[in-house]
Amino acid sequence: MNAPDNIIEIKNLHKHFGHVKALNGVNINIQRGKVVVIIGPSGSGKSTLLRCINYLEIPTKGEIWIDGELLTNDQKHLNEIRAEIGMVFQLFNLFPHLTALENITLAQKVVRRRSSEEAKEIALKQLRRVGIPEKADVYPGQLSGGQQQRVAIARALAMNPKIMLFDEPTSALDPEMIKEVLDVMLDLAREGMTMVCVSHEMGFARSAADEIIFIDEGLIVEQTTPAELFTNPKEERTKLFLSQILHH
Amino acid sequence: MDDQPSIPLKDESISIPEITISENKLGEFPWWFVGLILIAIWASFFIFSKENYREAFLFIIVGIKFTIVTSLTAYVIATILGLFAGLGRISRNVVINNLATLYIELIRGIPMLVLIFFIAFVGVPIAVDFLNKIGVLLLSLGLTSTGKFLTNLHNQAIAMNVRAIIALAVTYGAFLAEIFRAGIQSIGKGQMEASRSLGMSYKQAMQFVILPQAIRNVLPALGNDFVAMVKDSSLVSVLAVRDITQVARLYAGRSFRFREAYVTLTVLYLIMTLALSMLVRYIEKRLRKNERT
Repeated sequence: MNAPDNIIEIKNLHKHFGHVKALNGVNINIQRGKVVVIIGPSGSGKSTLLRCINYLEIPTKGEIWIDGELLTNDQKHLNEIRAEIGMVFQLFNLFPHLTALENITLAQKVVRRRSSEEAKEIALKQLRRVGIPEKADVYPGQLSGGQQQRVAIARALAMNPKIMLFDEPTSALDPEMIKEVLDVMLDLAREGMTMVCVSHEMGFARSAADEIIFIDEGLIVEQTTPAELFTNPKEERTKLFLSQILHH
Repeated sequence: MDDQPSIPLKDESISIPEITISENKLGEFPWWFVGLILIAIWASFFIFSKENYREAFLFIIVGIKFTIVTSLTAYVIATILGLFAGLGRISRNVVINNLATLYIELIRGIPMLVLIFFIAFVGVPIAVDFLNKIGVLLLSLGLTSTGKFLTNLHNQAIAMNVRAIIALAVTYGAFLAEIFRAGIQSIGKGQMEASRSLGMSYKQAMQFVILPQAIRNVLPALGNDFVAMVKDSSLVSVLAVRDITQVARLYAGRSFRFREAYVTLTVLYLIMTLALSMLVRYIEKRLRKNERT
């Protein structure tokens, strides 16, 4: 039933918040190692879709399959699957009472059951990868937005996830800090990580994405390659949206 | 729902300039606090310089150990009760949530003095009856040692001292629960989401991420409630336990020196609560200095 190369399969996904219908039957298959960027107007359901992938939002209807396993409300199973899915948030959500290093080691120790030494070693490796090893013992409050987001990425990567989800990772950053975060994401994409990003960064989408999904009113309007979408959008709504964000 | 793309607003143009006039700082100085300390010092001096007062003091001070031990023990139990009741209040489990809310609302709806009578003379006997019945059940199941202990448990075996502690703990547990609940709810939901997305269970997220931050936020409130409990511990004197209030009443009744007895008693409470308040203020200040957000 599940093709082996599909790491994420979303089938007929609906999500309603009371009377508001955020998602109205979304079907997506994402292959291992692909980078998918989800775009769409505000309120189109793109963040909701992303948050359904690791069950931070519980779907009203439909199925989510991660690497051949169906997500259910079974909390233990859910925790195991979530450990395999890294998530980066718009507002970083670092733990303010812990240092950058402790932020990265906590889940390794309590979820992956790694020893303190091992967790610390991996954390330092990830901090080097995101370019701020010197900030290991600094608290999040003393870091810039860009640095905080890089620690958040390192925290997710330290769990050795199969999939990385990015929920508007640069939207809360000052303009001069966007690049340092996008650079880390680009590196990650080149290394073959499966990535699903909700983002308004069209430059990133153009250079890193294998696929772009345009969502509006809880439905997929268009799903194609970046080259195709930017040069030859098929749907009227896509054209309108692109004209609004690209030519201002 | 989608997050609106948030643009950090920087409207420095409308920020209000800081007013730093020296008079203002003078006005902020806690003169009332100095006043309190002066009153305590003056009263202490008064007590030690007068023979009658010294006699009253030496009689009453004996009760201070009971007051401190009772307050401390009851507070520790209340903290544990309050933490679990507070967690219950935010639980999505309907049964747990309602039980916690019932406990808190029940306690808050009854005057503390009445609660102390009720718990000591109704609550504890009912609980002992209940434990006896469990003991009989355990005996029939073949658990002889625990069963025997529980069936032989007698109402009178539970001293008034212990009942006083239970009464204070159960009462303050409900107050502290609301403090813990508020503390937990003051932590943004992004913290829980980040923890869960890393694969942590709800319990792990609470233990390692939410509670450390929440407790830090409510530490001053917890300290204030400890001060309040030391004061409210005077109410357990109605159970004829030998706390300083009861000892002062005894002294007054025996010697007919009402003035000496109650001046001394008042000053003793004042000194205790002042010392504790200063400690709470100190901790609060240190926390604010170390603020890392």
